[in-house]
Amino acid sequence: MAHIPVPENMPGIRGLMAFRPETAHPLNLLAEQLLQAPSTLSKGERELIATYVSRRNHCKYCASTHGAIAKHLLGDAGTTIESVLGNLQDAAVSDKMKALLTIAGQVQISGKEVTTESVAARKHGSTDIEIHDTVLIAAAFCMFNRYVDGLGTYAPDDQNIYDMIGKQRAQTGYLTPPMPIPLS
Amino acid sequence: MAHIPVKEGLPGIRGLVNFRPETGKPLYELAQTLLRTPSTLTEAEREIIATYVSSKNECVFCTMSHAAAARHLLGEDSEIVDKVMENPTNAPISEKLKALIVIAGKVQKGGRIVTDEDIAGARSLGATDMEIHDAVLIAATFSMFNRYVDGLASFTPTDPSTYSEMGKRMAEVGYVPPIQ
Repeated sequence: MAHIPVPENMPGIRGLMAFRPETAHPLNLLAEQLLQAPSTLSKGERELIATYVSRRNHCKYCASTHGAIAKHLLGDAGTTIESVLGNLQDAAVSDKMKALLTIAGQVQISGKEVTTESVAARKHGSTDIEIHDTVLIAAAFCMFNRYVDGLGTYAPDDQNIYDMIGKQRAQTGYLTPPMPIPLS
Repeated sequence: MAHIPVKEGLPGIRGLVNFRPETGKPLYELAQTLLRTPSTLTEAEREIIATYVSSKNECVFCTMSHAAAARHLLGEDSEIVDKVMENPTNAPISEKLKALIVIAGKVQKGGRIVTDEDIAGARSLGATDMEIHDAVLIAATFSMFNRYVDGLASFTPTDPSTYSEMGKRMAEVGYVPPIQ
Protein backbone atom coordinates (compact mmCIF):
# COMPACT_ATOMS: atom_id res chain seq x y z
CA MET A 1 0.00 0.00 0.00
CA ALA A 2 1.28 3.45 -0.89
CA HIS A 3 2.48 5.71 1.95
CA ILE A 4 -0.08 8.39 1.01
CA PRO A 5 -3.74 7.99 -0.02
CA VAL A 6 -3.93 7.39 -3.80
CA PRO A 7 -6.82 6.02 -5.94
CA GLU A 8 -6.90 2.20 -5.87
CA ASN A 9 -6.92 1.64 -9.61
CA MET A 10 -3.91 3.89 -10.24
CA PRO A 11 -0.64 2.02 -9.74
CA GLY A 12 2.84 3.58 -9.78
CA ILE A 13 3.25 7.23 -10.67
CA ARG A 14 -0.38 7.47 -11.82
CA GLY A 15 -1.73 7.58 -8.27
CA LEU A 16 0.90 10.16 -7.27
CA MET A 17 -0.01 12.36 -10.21
CA ALA A 18 -3.69 12.17 -9.24
CA PHE A 19 -2.76 13.08 -5.66
CA ARG A 20 -0.71 16.14 -6.69
CA PRO A 21 -1.70 17.51 -10.13
CA GLU A 22 0.38 20.67 -9.59
CA THR A 23 3.63 18.70 -9.78
CA ALA A 24 2.22 16.19 -12.29
CA HIS A 25 2.00 18.97 -14.89
CA PRO A 26 5.74 19.73 -15.24
CA LEU A 27 6.63 16.04 -14.76
CA ASN A 28 4.45 15.02 -17.71
CA LEU A 29 5.77 17.88 -19.84
CA LEU A 30 9.32 16.80 -19.06
CA ALA A 31 8.61 13.16 -20.01
CA GLU A 32 6.85 14.25 -23.21
CA GLN A 33 9.72 16.52 -24.23
CA LEU A 34 12.45 14.00 -23.45
CA LEU A 35 10.79 10.84 -24.76
CA GLN A 36 8.25 11.85 -27.40
CA ALA A 37 9.17 15.23 -28.97
CA PRO A 38 11.01 15.17 -32.32
CA SER A 39 14.65 14.09 -31.86
CA THR A 40 17.46 12.47 -33.80
CA LEU A 41 17.18 9.63 -31.26
CA SER A 42 14.15 7.45 -32.03
CA LYS A 43 11.39 7.16 -29.43
CA GLY A 44 12.36 3.51 -29.03
CA GLU A 45 15.98 4.44 -28.31
CA ARG A 46 14.93 7.00 -25.72
CA GLU A 47 12.56 4.54 -23.99
CA LEU A 48 15.42 2.04 -23.97
CA ILE A 49 17.54 4.52 -21.98
CA ALA A 50 14.63 5.12 -19.55
CA THR A 51 14.11 1.36 -19.10
CA TYR A 52 17.83 0.68 -18.68
CA VAL A 53 18.11 3.23 -15.84
CA SER A 54 14.86 2.09 -14.18
CA ARG A 55 16.00 -1.54 -14.22
CA ARG A 56 19.32 -0.60 -12.65
CA ASN A 57 17.41 1.31 -9.94
CA HIS A 58 15.20 -1.80 -9.43
CA CYS A 59 12.03 0.23 -9.89
CA LYS A 60 9.55 -2.47 -10.92
CA TYR A 61 6.73 -0.14 -12.01
CA CYS A 62 8.90 2.20 -14.14
CA ALA A 63 11.03 -0.60 -15.61
CA SER A 64 7.96 -2.67 -16.54
CA THR A 65 6.05 0.29 -17.98
CA HIS A 66 8.89 1.80 -20.00
CA GLY A 67 10.05 -1.69 -21.00
CA ALA A 68 6.57 -2.27 -22.45
CA ILE A 69 6.62 1.08 -24.25
CA ALA A 70 10.08 0.33 -25.68
CA LYS A 71 8.95 -3.14 -26.77
CA HIS A 72 5.95 -1.63 -28.54
CA LEU A 73 8.03 1.07 -30.29
CA LEU A 74 10.91 -1.22 -31.24
CA GLY A 75 8.49 -3.89 -32.45
CA ASP A 76 10.36 -6.71 -30.72
CA ALA A 77 9.38 -8.99 -27.86
CA GLY A 78 11.56 -7.19 -25.35
CA THR A 79 14.74 -8.77 -26.70
CA THR A 80 16.56 -5.45 -27.21
CA ILE A 81 16.15 -4.34 -23.61
CA GLU A 82 17.19 -7.77 -22.31
CA SER A 83 20.29 -7.66 -24.53
CA VAL A 84 21.43 -4.26 -23.24
CA LEU A 85 20.90 -5.37 -19.64
CA GLY A 86 23.22 -8.30 -20.28
CA ASN A 87 26.65 -7.49 -21.65
CA LEU A 88 26.17 -4.03 -23.16
CA GLN A 89 29.10 -4.40 -25.54
CA ASP A 90 27.46 -7.45 -27.17
CA ALA A 91 23.96 -5.95 -27.21
CA ALA A 92 21.84 -5.69 -30.34
CA VAL A 93 22.10 -1.89 -30.60
CA SER A 94 24.27 0.56 -32.55
CA ASP A 95 27.72 1.58 -31.28
CA LYS A 96 26.31 5.05 -30.72
CA MET A 97 23.58 3.62 -28.46
CA LYS A 98 26.13 1.53 -26.57
CA ALA A 99 28.12 4.71 -25.87
CA LEU A 100 24.99 6.62 -24.79
CA LEU A 101 23.78 3.76 -22.56
CA THR A 102 27.24 3.70 -20.94
CA ILE A 103 26.82 7.39 -20.08
CA ALA A 104 23.26 6.74 -18.80
CA GLY A 105 24.58 3.95 -16.56
CA GLN A 106 27.19 6.29 -15.13
CA VAL A 107 24.58 8.99 -14.45
CA GLN A 108 22.45 6.35 -12.69
CA ILE A 109 25.29 5.88 -10.19
CA SER A 110 26.18 9.58 -9.93
CA GLY A 111 26.68 12.54 -12.23
CA LYS A 112 30.31 12.56 -11.15
CA GLU A 113 30.89 9.16 -12.78
CA VAL A 114 30.62 10.63 -16.28
CA THR A 115 34.10 11.22 -17.65
CA THR A 116 35.51 13.09 -20.60
CA GLU A 117 36.31 9.66 -22.10
CA SER A 118 32.71 8.48 -21.90
CA VAL A 119 31.58 11.63 -23.66
CA ALA A 120 33.86 10.54 -26.49
CA ALA A 121 30.57 8.91 -27.59
CA ARG A 122 30.84 11.69 -30.11
CA LYS A 123 33.19 9.56 -32.15
CA HIS A 124 30.23 7.21 -32.80
CA GLY A 125 28.23 10.13 -34.16
CA SER A 126 26.40 11.46 -31.08
CA THR A 127 25.48 15.12 -31.18
CA ASP A 128 25.63 17.54 -28.24
CA ILE A 129 21.84 17.43 -27.94
CA GLU A 130 21.85 13.62 -27.90
CA ILE A 131 24.45 13.61 -25.12
CA HIS A 132 22.49 16.26 -23.21
CA ASP A 133 19.21 14.38 -23.59
CA THR A 134 20.76 11.04 -22.59
CA VAL A 135 22.13 12.56 -19.38
CA LEU A 136 18.81 14.24 -18.62
CA ILE A 137 16.72 11.12 -19.39
CA ALA A 138 18.95 9.11 -17.04
CA ALA A 139 18.80 11.82 -14.36
CA ALA A 140 15.01 12.18 -14.77
CA PHE A 141 14.49 8.44 -14.27
CA CYS A 142 16.63 8.57 -11.13
CA MET A 143 13.95 11.03 -9.99
CA PHE A 144 10.88 9.12 -11.25
CA ASN A 145 12.16 5.84 -9.79
CA ARG A 146 12.77 7.41 -6.36
CA TYR A 147 9.39 9.16 -6.43
CA VAL A 148 7.47 5.97 -7.29
CA ASP A 149 9.32 3.72 -4.81
CA GLY A 150 9.91 6.32 -2.08
CA LEU A 151 6.15 6.66 -1.67
CA GLY A 152 5.66 2.89 -1.72
CA THR A 153 3.28 2.82 -4.69
CA TYR A 154 1.73 -0.39 -5.95
CA ALA A 155 3.30 -2.16 -8.97
CA PRO A 156 1.06 -4.82 -10.57
CA ASP A 157 2.47 -8.30 -11.30
CA ASP A 158 0.35 -8.81 -14.41
CA GLN A 159 2.45 -8.14 -17.56
CA ASN A 160 -0.77 -7.54 -19.56
CA ILE A 161 -1.37 -4.34 -17.59
CA TYR A 162 2.04 -2.99 -18.58
CA ASP A 163 1.44 -3.98 -22.19
CA MET A 164 -1.82 -1.98 -22.16
CA ILE A 165 -0.11 1.07 -20.65
CA GLY A 166 2.87 0.60 -22.98
CA LYS A 167 0.70 0.58 -26.08
CA GLN A 168 -1.18 3.69 -24.99
CA ARG A 169 1.94 5.71 -24.12
CA ALA A 170 3.77 4.56 -27.28
CA GLN A 171 0.84 5.75 -29.38
CA THR A 172 -0.33 8.88 -27.57
CA GLY A 173 2.59 10.10 -25.47
CA TYR A 174 2.54 11.41 -21.92
CA LEU A 175 -0.04 14.17 -22.07
CA THR A 176 -3.15 11.99 -22.41
CA PRO A 177 -5.15 10.93 -19.32
CA PRO A 178 -4.32 7.50 -17.87
CA MET A 179 -6.60 4.64 -18.90
CA PRO A 180 -8.41 2.83 -16.07
CA ILE A 181 -6.50 -0.21 -14.84
CA PRO A 182 -8.70 -3.22 -14.01
CA LEU A 183 -8.36 -4.18 -10.34
CA SER A 184 -6.95 -7.65 -9.95
CA MET B 1 34.70 22.63 -19.01
CA ALA B 2 31.19 21.37 -19.60
CA HIS B 3 30.71 18.30 -21.80
CA ILE B 4 28.46 20.29 -24.16
CA PRO B 5 28.87 23.86 -25.44
CA VAL B 6 27.05 26.09 -22.95
CA LYS B 7 27.00 29.86 -22.92
CA GLU B 8 29.89 31.34 -21.00
CA GLY B 9 28.99 32.98 -17.71
CA LEU B 10 25.92 30.82 -17.09
CA PRO B 11 26.88 28.40 -14.31
CA GLY B 12 25.32 25.11 -13.16
CA ILE B 13 21.85 24.31 -14.33
CA ARG B 14 21.44 27.79 -15.82
CA GLY B 15 23.83 27.03 -18.68
CA LEU B 16 22.11 23.71 -19.38
CA VAL B 17 18.63 25.21 -19.42
CA ASN B 18 19.79 27.93 -21.76
CA PHE B 19 21.27 25.23 -24.03
CA ARG B 20 17.99 23.27 -24.06
CA PRO B 21 15.02 25.54 -23.23
CA GLU B 22 12.50 22.83 -24.22
CA THR B 23 13.43 20.77 -21.16
CA GLY B 24 14.42 23.80 -19.09
CA LYS B 25 10.87 25.09 -18.95
CA PRO B 26 9.29 22.08 -17.19
CA LEU B 27 12.37 21.72 -14.94
CA TYR B 28 11.99 25.29 -13.67
CA GLU B 29 8.22 24.88 -13.33
CA LEU B 30 8.84 21.80 -11.18
CA ALA B 31 11.32 23.67 -8.96
CA GLN B 32 9.00 26.66 -8.63
CA THR B 33 6.01 24.46 -7.71
CA LEU B 34 7.93 22.40 -5.17
CA LEU B 35 9.97 25.16 -3.56
CA ARG B 36 7.97 28.38 -3.93
CA THR B 37 4.21 27.81 -4.24
CA PRO B 38 2.13 28.02 -1.05
CA SER B 39 2.72 25.06 1.26
CA THR B 40 2.53 24.23 4.96
CA LEU B 41 6.31 23.77 4.76
CA THR B 42 8.09 27.13 4.65
CA GLU B 43 10.22 28.04 1.64
CA ALA B 44 13.29 27.84 3.88
CA GLU B 45 12.34 24.33 5.08
CA ARG B 46 11.95 23.17 1.49
CA GLU B 47 15.27 24.74 0.46
CA ILE B 48 16.91 23.00 3.44
CA ILE B 49 15.68 19.61 2.15
CA ALA B 50 17.02 20.47 -1.34
CA THR B 51 20.37 21.55 0.13
CA TYR B 52 20.66 18.44 2.31
CA VAL B 53 20.05 16.06 -0.62
CA SER B 54 22.44 18.01 -2.87
CA SER B 55 25.17 17.86 -0.22
CA LYS B 56 24.68 14.07 0.12
CA ASN B 57 25.06 13.83 -3.67
CA GLU B 58 28.16 16.04 -3.38
CA CYS B 59 26.87 18.40 -6.06
CA VAL B 60 28.77 21.57 -5.23
CA PHE B 61 26.78 23.92 -7.47
CA CYS B 62 23.36 22.79 -6.21
CA THR B 63 24.48 22.62 -2.56
CA MET B 64 26.04 26.09 -2.57
CA SER B 65 23.21 27.77 -4.46
CA HIS B 66 20.32 26.23 -2.50
CA ALA B 67 22.16 26.77 0.79
CA ALA B 68 22.50 30.43 -0.18
CA ALA B 69 18.77 30.62 -1.00
CA ALA B 70 17.89 29.00 2.35
CA ARG B 71 20.23 31.39 4.23
CA HIS B 72 18.63 34.38 2.54
CA LEU B 73 15.14 33.12 3.45
CA LEU B 74 16.18 32.47 7.08
CA GLY B 75 17.71 35.93 7.58
CA GLU B 76 19.37 36.14 11.00
CA ASP B 77 18.88 32.39 11.58
CA SER B 78 20.95 31.55 8.50
CA GLU B 79 23.42 29.36 10.45
CA ILE B 80 20.68 26.69 10.68
CA VAL B 81 21.58 25.62 7.12
CA ASP B 82 25.16 24.75 8.06
CA LYS B 83 24.02 22.94 11.21
CA VAL B 84 21.62 20.76 9.18
CA MET B 85 24.36 19.87 6.68
CA GLU B 86 26.68 19.01 9.57
CA ASN B 87 24.17 16.87 11.49
CA PRO B 88 20.40 17.28 11.12
CA THR B 89 19.71 15.42 14.41
CA ASN B 90 21.33 18.17 16.49
CA ALA B 91 20.21 21.10 14.33
CA PRO B 92 17.82 23.72 15.75
CA ILE B 93 14.88 22.69 13.52
CA SER B 94 11.51 21.11 14.31
CA GLU B 95 11.26 17.39 14.99
CA LYS B 96 8.88 17.15 12.02
CA LEU B 97 11.49 18.60 9.67
CA LYS B 98 14.10 16.23 11.08
CA ALA B 99 11.81 13.28 10.29
CA LEU B 100 11.23 14.59 6.75
CA ILE B 101 15.00 14.98 6.30
CA VAL B 102 15.47 11.34 7.34
CA ILE B 103 13.01 10.33 4.59
CA ALA B 104 14.72 12.66 2.07
CA GLY B 105 18.11 11.15 2.96
CA LYS B 106 16.78 7.67 2.23
CA VAL B 107 15.23 8.76 -1.07
CA GLN B 108 18.64 10.17 -2.05
CA LYS B 109 20.08 6.65 -1.67
CA GLY B 110 17.12 4.82 -3.21
CA GLY B 111 13.33 5.02 -2.98
CA ARG B 112 12.99 1.43 -1.87
CA ILE B 113 14.67 1.93 1.50
CA VAL B 114 11.99 4.29 2.84
CA THR B 115 10.07 2.23 5.42
CA ASP B 116 6.54 2.31 6.85
CA GLU B 117 8.17 3.28 10.16
CA ASP B 118 9.90 6.32 8.61
CA ILE B 119 6.54 7.51 7.31
CA ALA B 120 4.67 6.73 10.56
CA GLY B 121 7.40 8.55 12.50
CA ALA B 122 7.02 11.70 10.40
CA ARG B 123 3.25 11.52 10.68
CA SER B 124 3.37 11.18 14.48
CA LEU B 125 5.34 14.44 14.56
CA GLY B 126 2.61 16.20 12.62
CA ALA B 127 3.69 15.74 8.96
CA THR B 128 0.72 15.71 6.56
CA ASP B 129 0.34 13.47 3.51
CA MET B 130 1.12 16.47 1.30
CA GLU B 131 4.29 17.29 3.26
CA ILE B 132 5.46 13.67 3.03
CA HIS B 133 4.71 13.65 -0.71
CA ASP B 134 6.57 16.91 -1.27
CA ALA B 135 9.59 15.89 0.85
CA VAL B 136 9.95 12.70 -1.23
CA LEU B 137 9.52 14.53 -4.53
CA ILE B 138 11.94 17.32 -3.56
CA ALA B 139 14.55 14.67 -2.66
CA ALA B 140 13.88 12.77 -5.90
CA THR B 141 13.97 15.96 -7.97
CA PHE B 142 17.33 16.98 -6.53
CA SER B 143 18.63 13.48 -7.22
CA MET B 144 17.85 14.42 -10.83
CA PHE B 145 19.15 18.02 -10.81
CA ASN B 146 22.42 16.96 -9.12
CA ARG B 147 23.03 14.26 -11.74
CA TYR B 148 22.10 16.61 -14.58
CA VAL B 149 24.49 19.35 -13.44
CA ASP B 150 27.43 17.06 -12.63
CA GLY B 151 26.79 14.55 -15.44
CA LEU B 152 27.35 17.33 -17.97
CA ALA B 153 30.19 18.88 -15.93
CA SER B 154 28.58 22.29 -15.99
CA PHE B 155 30.50 25.32 -14.77
CA THR B 156 30.71 25.52 -10.95
CA PRO B 157 31.85 28.92 -9.61
CA THR B 158 34.14 28.84 -6.57
CA ASP B 159 33.65 32.39 -5.31
CA PRO B 160 31.14 32.35 -2.37
CA SER B 161 29.88 35.84 -3.22
CA THR B 162 28.58 34.52 -6.56
CA TYR B 163 26.36 32.12 -4.61
CA SER B 164 25.06 34.72 -2.16
CA GLU B 165 23.85 36.84 -5.07
CA MET B 166 22.35 33.75 -6.68
CA GLY B 167 20.65 32.76 -3.41
CA LYS B 168 19.15 36.22 -3.04
CA ARG B 169 17.68 35.99 -6.53
CA MET B 170 16.37 32.46 -5.94
CA ALA B 171 14.75 33.60 -2.67
CA GLU B 172 13.26 36.82 -3.98
CA VAL B 173 12.44 36.09 -7.60
CA GLY B 174 12.02 32.31 -7.51
CA TYR B 175 12.73 29.95 -10.40
CA VAL B 176 12.50 31.71 -13.74
CA PRO B 177 14.23 29.94 -16.66
CA PRO B 178 17.40 31.82 -17.75
CA ILE B 179 16.60 31.50 -21.43
CA GLN B 180 18.51 33.96 -23.59
